[in-house]
Amino acid sequence: MIRVELPSNLRTLANVGREVELNVDGPVTQRSVLDALEAAYPMLRGTIRDQVTYRRRAMLRFFACEEDLSDTSIDAPLPDEVATGREPYLVIGAIAGG
Amino acid sequence: MAKVRLLVGTHKGAFVLTSDERRKQWKVDGPQFAGWDVYHVKGSPADPDRMYAAQSRGWFGQVVQRSDDGGATWEPVSNEFRYEGATSTHKWYDNSDHPYEFLRAWHLEPSLSDPDMVYAGVEDAALFRTTDAGKSWEELPALRTHPTASSWAPGAGGLCLHTIILDKDHPDRIVTAISSAGAFRSDDAGKTWRAINQGLRSNFIPDPDAEVGHCVHHIAMHPSRPNVLFMQKHWDVMRSENSGDTWHEISGNLPTDFGFVIDVHAHEPETIYVVPIKSDSDHFVPDGKLRVYRSRTGGNEWEPLTKGLPQKDCYVNVLRDAMSIDSLESCGVYFGTTAGTVYGSADGGDSWTAIVENLPAVLSVEAQTLS
Repeated sequence: MIRVELPSNLRTLANVGREVELNVDGPVTQRSVLDALEAAYPMLRGTIRDQVTYRRRAMLRFFACEEDLSDTSIDAPLPDEVATGREPYLVIGAIAGG
Repeated sequence: MAKVRLLVGTHKGAFVLTSDERRKQWKVDGPQFAGWDVYHVKGSPADPDRMYAAQSRGWFGQVVQRSDDGGATWEPVSNEFRYEGATSTHKWYDNSDHPYEFLRAWHLEPSLSDPDMVYAGVEDAALFRTTDAGKSWEELPALRTHPTASSWAPGAGGLCLHTIILDKDHPDRIVTAISSAGAFRSDDAGKTWRAINQGLRSNFIPDPDAEVGHCVHHIAMHPSRPNVLFMQKHWDVMRSENSGDTWHEISGNLPTDFGFVIDVHAHEPETIYVVPIKSDSDHFVPDGKLRVYRSRTGGNEWEPLTKGLPQKDCYVNVLRDAMSIDSLESCGVYFGTTAGTVYGSADGGDSWTAIVENLPAVLSVEAQTLS
């Protein structure tokens, strides 16, 4: 079970709590996690990554295990802590407000 | 008893305001889509309980919502706006070539007869359409590939297609406006387009009478006289008698002819409304006074409408989609300000009251008259 934590605007859009749990078949990568997230919550398509290029939206970052994974390969394996559900995969909106 | 419903888009969500035909007591519901920019919410003329909302945020991009129950519940529909064909370019602020890229939907215009069909005006300027109630969007690419499109440049708000006018007497006619390219008309349901800017003069471009490059802010039409169009341009209030083929100025005695909104009385096609704004540098009303100006002569002769509106220390703006009218016998006029107040008049503008105050900055107001 993969745990994904979403920013508040996306929680409201998907009508979910702070964290969602996903089953991912095969290797656990950023791509497979986001594929599973969008399959479970189609309203999130296009809000985290471009629907055509799959590029991360510029003002979002991806963190896990206290590391910024935003610019690492989306096909690289995620840390075991994420793959086993001990740590969440975080989708973070760039800070705003002052 | 008839009802009026106002669909209000703001910088931080959408609100639905409802009243009976007396329009004295209003119920305020919302915010829907809290925290998101809601550029526009509009109901279908064919089924007023079918509504569409354009919701966006810089972080998360575009979302489109649909309601089938008058705004009580909403469902996200497709947000995939994919330009058709090879990527073309437009001019950037520094005059370099900039590829068209989708940023947000500014305006949703439901078909006059089909609740499942909606046109979307987007930034970077293009026209999209859904025919399946938002499940999918297709571009009508002939506008974005118009021979002049590579020379279009954005206004301060971006290169946005913000006005879409449909005409029940000419079902294949679509009038659009783009900041800052100008106005365009199709008479064949979007297959071909012509620039309709003859008569506009814009001193901020090298050739003031150029075919395109005009910062048109909004266009309004009365459905009984579809060939007559009224335009609030960046500067100048304009009128066309021939569906935009030619325009002439009707600014007349306005204190300033800069502004964003323009609208037409529901039953008097020669009665029009604008809210003059001091200038493009100072995006607020002149002299600290919020005044709607009404012309009963189709332009040139304007009277200030001030009863019930703040007449000192007021420095708000009224954005291009933030005025609307109802169609009750005594025509209601509504507008929202960047300070978050929605004003209404139940007597054609003679007197005004604040329906709700302290909302987030208002981006759009659409009135529905419900039987």
